Amino acid sequence: MSRISTAFKSDSKALIAFIMGGDPDITTTEKLIIAMEEAGVDLFEIGIPFSDPAADGIVIQQASVRALERGCTADDILNMVKRVREKITAPITLLTYANSIFAYGKERFMERCRDSGVDGVIVPDIPYEEKDEISDVCEKYGITQIAIVAPTSKERTQTIAREAEGFLYCVSTLGVTGIRDEIRTNIQEIVEKVRAVSDIPCAVGFGIATPEQARDMAAVSDGAIIGTAIVKLIGEYGAESIEPVRQYVARVKDVISS
Amino acid sequence: MNGKFGQYGGQYVAETVMSSLKELERAYEFYLKDSAFNAELKYLLNNYANRPSGLYYAEKMTKDLGGAKIYLKREDLNHTGSHKINNVLGQALLAKKMGKTRVIAETGAGQHGVASATAAALMGLKCEVFMGKEDTERQALNVFRMELLGAKVHPVTSGTMTLKDAVNETLREWASRLDDTHYIVGSAVGPHPFPVMVRDFQKVIGEEIKAQMLEAEGKLPDVVIACVGGGSNAIGAFYDFIEDKSVRLIGCEAAGLGVDHPKNAATMANGTVGILHGMKSYFCQDVYGQIAPVYSISAGLDYPGIGPEHAYLQDIHRAEYVPVTDTEAVDAFNYLSRTEGIIPAIESAHAIAHACKIAGGMGREKTIVVNLSGRGDKDVASIAKYMGVQINE
Repeated sequence: MSRISTAFKSDSKALIAFIMGGDPDITTTEKLIIAMEEAGVDLFEIGIPFSDPAADGIVIQQASVRALERGCTADDILNMVKRVREKITAPITLLTYANSIFAYGKERFMERCRDSGVDGVIVPDIPYEEKDEISDVCEKYGITQIAIVAPTSKERTQTIAREAEGFLYCVSTLGVTGIRDEIRTNIQEIVEKVRAVSDIPCAVGFGIATPEQARDMAAVSDGAIIGTAIVKLIGEYGAESIEPVRQYVARVKDVISS
Repeated sequence: MNGKFGQYGGQYVAETVMSSLKELERAYEFYLKDSAFNAELKYLLNNYANRPSGLYYAEKMTKDLGGAKIYLKREDLNHTGSHKINNVLGQALLAKKMGKTRVIAETGAGQHGVASATAAALMGLKCEVFMGKEDTERQALNVFRMELLGAKVHPVTSGTMTLKDAVNETLREWASRLDDTHYIVGSAVGPHPFPVMVRDFQKVIGEEIKAQMLEAEGKLPDVVIACVGGGSNAIGAFYDFIEDKSVRLIGCEAAGLGVDHPKNAATMANGTVGILHGMKSYFCQDVYGQIAPVYSISAGLDYPGIGPEHAYLQDIHRAEYVPVTDTEAVDAFNYLSRTEGIIPAIESAHAIAHACKIAGGMGREKTIVVNLSGRGDKDVASIAKYMGVQINE
C-alpha cells in the first residue's frame, strides 16, 4: 500500500495542504510542514517555484516570485523533503510544472524524488493526453502521478479516473488557483461519475478558503485541498507564519472532522 | 492530426482547457474542408485584408548590394499593417462559426492585438487583449488603436511584463471563461491545434510567393527569409516550399545586444528543449527550466520560445535560423527606408538585415524573397529613441 493511500481513511476526511517550497525560505517551509502535520494535515503538496505558472492565480504566482528571488531551486526542495521525511509520516507530493521536471531530466528528477521520500507528483500542465511524458519514469521510481479532473472534463472524467492512481485531484472551479466566494460546481456529480468506474479517493481543490467551504467540499468527496488561503498567510507573515498557519489549519481540520 | 512535429508540439495545458482544445480541434478539422467557410475567408482576405499582397522587386537594393535579386513580399501592405490579419480573420471566423461571442488575444508589438480588435469589430465579437505593461509603453499608439476599434486592453504586470507574460495571462483568462470565449493565439505557438491552424491560415504567404516568383522569374526563389519570434510569418512563408529542397529557408531571430550578451531573444542559438505555453519546443531557460527574461528591441520578437514546427525544421535541417542584433536590425530599418522608400516593421527589419548580409555573396542569377511581414509606422517613436532623436508626437 502506498503512503498516499494512508491519507484517506474510511472514517474521516483528508485535509491536504499546498505550500510553495522556499517561500519565504526553505527553512520556514520545513517548519511549516512539521507544524501543519501536528495540526492535522494528512497529505502535503509542495510547489516547485516556476517563472511562468500559467495555471496559478496571483497569490501563488507571488509566492513563486518570492521563492525564486531567494534563489530556491528544485534541488533545495528535494533536499528539504529528504530532511522532513524523517520527521513526519504524512505523504508528500510535489506540485510542479512540466518544464521543471523536463529541464532537470525526467529520469534524474524521479530518481531523486524516490531517494528523498517524495510519494507523488502533480503536474498541472500534463493532462491525460500527455501523461506518457512522465508515466514510465514515475512507475520506474515508484512515484505516483496524480491525475486531475476539472468541471469541464465531462466525458473525459471517467477516462481519466479509470487510470488514476493515489488520489484524484478534482478542480472545483474554472480558472486558476485562488480563493472564490462561492463554489457553484456540482462536485457531487463529478465524484459520482468517478465512483462509477473507480474507488480512487477524490480530493477537491481550487477556491477553498474558509473552513466551512472545506467542510462542504469534503462532505461530498474524500478530502479538501487548501492552497491559496495558506499561501496568503505565509505571504503576510513570512518567517513568522508558522503559528498563524498552524492555527488556521487546526481550525479547518476541526470543522471538516466534525 | 496528432499535433506533433517530431517530438515537438503537443497539448501541455491544464485539464480545465482540454475540452475546449478538443472542441476547437473538431471545429477546425470540419471547417478546414468546408467550402462555404473557405469561400467566406477567401473573400475577406482578398477584399477586406487586401490580398494577394504584392511581390515587389527591390531593384535599388539589389543593385546596391550587387548580388542576388531581392524581392519583398509586401505583407506590410495588408489591412492593419502586417501578416497578422491572415490568421486573425481565419480564427475569428472560426470562433463565430463555433458560436463564440468573445475573443481574447495576447500581443507583443500590438500588431496581433490590433488585428484581433479589427476582426472582432468586423464580426461583432467582444475583444479583450492582454499586453505586457512594458509593451503597452513602447507601443502606446497600438494600445490606443485597439481601443479605437472597441477592444479592451489589459496591461500585464506579472513576470517580465512582455509577450510571454501576456500569453500566460491570456491562458489564465481563457481557463476562467471557456464557454463563450475563443483565444486567438497570434503566433504559430501554443497547444495543438494552434500551431497547425495558425500555419494553415498563414501559408497563403508562401503559396502566393511561389506563384508570383514563377510568374516574375519563371523559377522558384533560391532563398526565402523571414523574421522569427513565435514564427507565424516565417512558417507562413516557408510552408509551401518545404518539399522544394532547392529553396533555402532562413529564419532570423532577435539577438538583441548579441547572442553572447545576456540581453537577447535568440531561442535557436541559445535555447534548449522545454515545455511552456502548451507546447514542447526550444526555449531560452536556465538549468532548472526557469524561463529566461529575454530581450529584443522588437516587442514582436521578444519571446523566449519558438513554434514547434520551426524546432522540427531546424532538427531535420530543412530550415536554418540565424541571429540578428538590434543594431543590425536598426541599420536595416534605416537602409530599407532610404533605399526603397519602405519603412519596415522592426521585426521584419531583422529579415532585411540578413538579406543584406548574404545577397552580395550570391550570383546575380540568384533570387532572395524577404517576407516583409509588417510596416514600421508603429516603430517610428522607438527607433527615434534608440537613435537618440527627440520627437514630439
